[in-house]
Amino acid sequence: MSELTPPGSPPPATTPPAAPAAPAAPPARSVDELKRDPLVAAAVSRIDDAILGAKELVGEITLFIDRDRIVEVCRAFKDDGFVYLVDLAGVDYSKYPGHTGLRFSVAYTLYSFQKNARVRLRVWTDENGPVPSVTPVWKTANWHERETFDMLGITFSGHPNLERILMWEGFNGYPLRKDFPIRGIDTGARIYPEVFPEGGGPKPGSTGKPAADVNLYKGEWKRYGTWPAAQIGGGAKPAAPKPAPKPVAAATGAVAAPATVAPAPEAGAAPQADDDEEVN
Amino acid sequence: MFDVHEMEVNFGPQHPSTHGVLRVLLKIDGERIIDAKPIIGYLHRGTEKLFEHMAYPQCIPHTDRMDYVASATNNLGFVETVEKLMGISKSIPRRAQLMRVMLSELQRISSHLLWLATHAIDIGAMTPFFYTFREREQILDLFEEYCGARLTLNCMRIGGMPDDLPHGWLDDLEEFCGKFDAAIDEYESLLTTNRIWKRRTVGIGVLSPEEAIEWGITGPPLRGSGVEWDLRRAQPYECYPDLEFDVPTGINGDTYDRYLVRMVEMRQSNRILKQCIPLVKQTPAGDIKAKISKVIRPPEGEVYHSIESPKGEIGYYIVSDGKTQNAYRCHVRPPSFVNLQALPAMAKGHLVSDLVALIGTIDIVLGEVDR
Repeated sequence: MSELTPPGSPPPATTPPAAPAAPAAPPARSVDELKRDPLVAAAVSRIDDAILGAKELVGEITLFIDRDRIVEVCRAFKDDGFVYLVDLAGVDYSKYPGHTGLRFSVAYTLYSFQKNARVRLRVWTDENGPVPSVTPVWKTANWHERETFDMLGITFSGHPNLERILMWEGFNGYPLRKDFPIRGIDTGARIYPEVFPEGGGPKPGSTGKPAADVNLYKGEWKRYGTWPAAQIGGGAKPAAPKPAPKPVAAATGAVAAPATVAPAPEAGAAPQADDDEEVN
Repeated sequence: MFDVHEMEVNFGPQHPSTHGVLRVLLKIDGERIIDAKPIIGYLHRGTEKLFEHMAYPQCIPHTDRMDYVASATNNLGFVETVEKLMGISKSIPRRAQLMRVMLSELQRISSHLLWLATHAIDIGAMTPFFYTFREREQILDLFEEYCGARLTLNCMRIGGMPDDLPHGWLDDLEEFCGKFDAAIDEYESLLTTNRIWKRRTVGIGVLSPEEAIEWGITGPPLRGSGVEWDLRRAQPYECYPDLEFDVPTGINGDTYDRYLVRMVEMRQSNRILKQCIPLVKQTPAGDIKAKISKVIRPPEGEVYHSIESPKGEIGYYIVSDGKTQNAYRCHVRPPSFVNLQALPAMAKGHLVSDLVALIGTIDIVLGEVDR
């Protein structure tokens, strides 16, 4: 690895020596000093009691906010010029070394055009306690919060449309939680644990149940066009003894069928009334 | 019964003008859009999860795959964030800084060229495609000459650059820069005063500055709305303070202004490149790496850093526990994801064919939207 310090050469000769690890920063400021920083002082003076703590690293000020008052705090900062919500990120601290306390943190990064500076607000929360949504303050928070909910399972109260955004509806699990395995999960097994054995995954005909029972969508499965869809895949399967259809526990609404589950033959056998569209 | 006026239509995910796998659920009345709902996630690969399970240098190739038409700026954002956390931002050699700037600006031009080609082709102008890809090819050749890859460059390292510039690279770049201004004139002669082009873009998808900031929009869409804000200027990184360039802004905030902003940006990038070439020649060859420890293990803490990518502000929020060689959490703030959110607000009241222009003008890359 030639890019590193060559053996034997005195390091500080050519280029200014890089401070290894610890940046040569002035001694850390206390919470009160940080609150009085001109960057945040005006906003902080309005919501002083909602600030639980503060810290600073590489010139970035982080304020810890009382979770239930985050909307009020964000409004105060927005009125003070922090009109642009840069980023909203959730972190799962459950495997953080030495961490005690609530599991999740949500970090709001705000930017002020006048001051040309960012400030970070953070709240602590857990699986149960919803964080008040800041969508009334910034429209852009909408998708950020949806993503945080989708990835970490942090709920936001008052959000107009808190649903999954990157994963599909009905996905069972929160991928960025630390207990979610990196290799992923067998989604078939997790969504329909009583239907698909662990590690099995959805396969055509592996359920022994009609497709209508496997799927969370309990409505009528319409057939479009004249293609004999029922003939494909599950057509040659011998009819297995049917166990009683069980209600699926984690039903979150209408969920599309796993792609490989073919419609059961009996669903296609009876010709349906062509009620897909009204003709005249 | 034909009294039903509203209709729900899926636009995408398999539609050539959605630039990937964007799906927009449209509620339309005839051809007029009443409501639009972007549905994303078809290209989700769990990049942020992967970041948590590999050492910092191993993450760099994965950043390529987010905005895969602008990988150099993705690399730059990531390595700068880690450098900021390690406190070595100031010790990057000047030659490495200039190389980073050159690659970023070439990447900006190449990304804008791809945007222009696809945007024009979406709207119906076939010809610019052939012209822009002529120059884009030359840029990709320059990339290939430097690092061997054309799209996913993986061309930056924490603390510097992987390799010095190959022999003759600066001459090739100089040749390209000399010809490129005339090439932009050529594109503009095809579009800027074209009557059809103006009919399709002027007044389409108007965003006021306040609205743009409310939606968190950055990059050319924000500047097209008249906000003079560019991270290269507002919070300069690398050696941008030493370089002269202008930040173009629009007036009306419509699709045409965003087009003009990007055209001027390409000229400004070319201007930056021309300034870089003599500066690089002054620096000692081979001085491209800061002296940092072999194992990259930043101190405990959290950091947010962002740079100006061709699409807008790309930011990285890294939480480090100070004990391991990988990030405890690395969140990406992708510009495409945030900019796309304003699509419904921009599309309401327009025609379906204007939606194609709007998707083009936001300049999304689904690899970055979904990560």
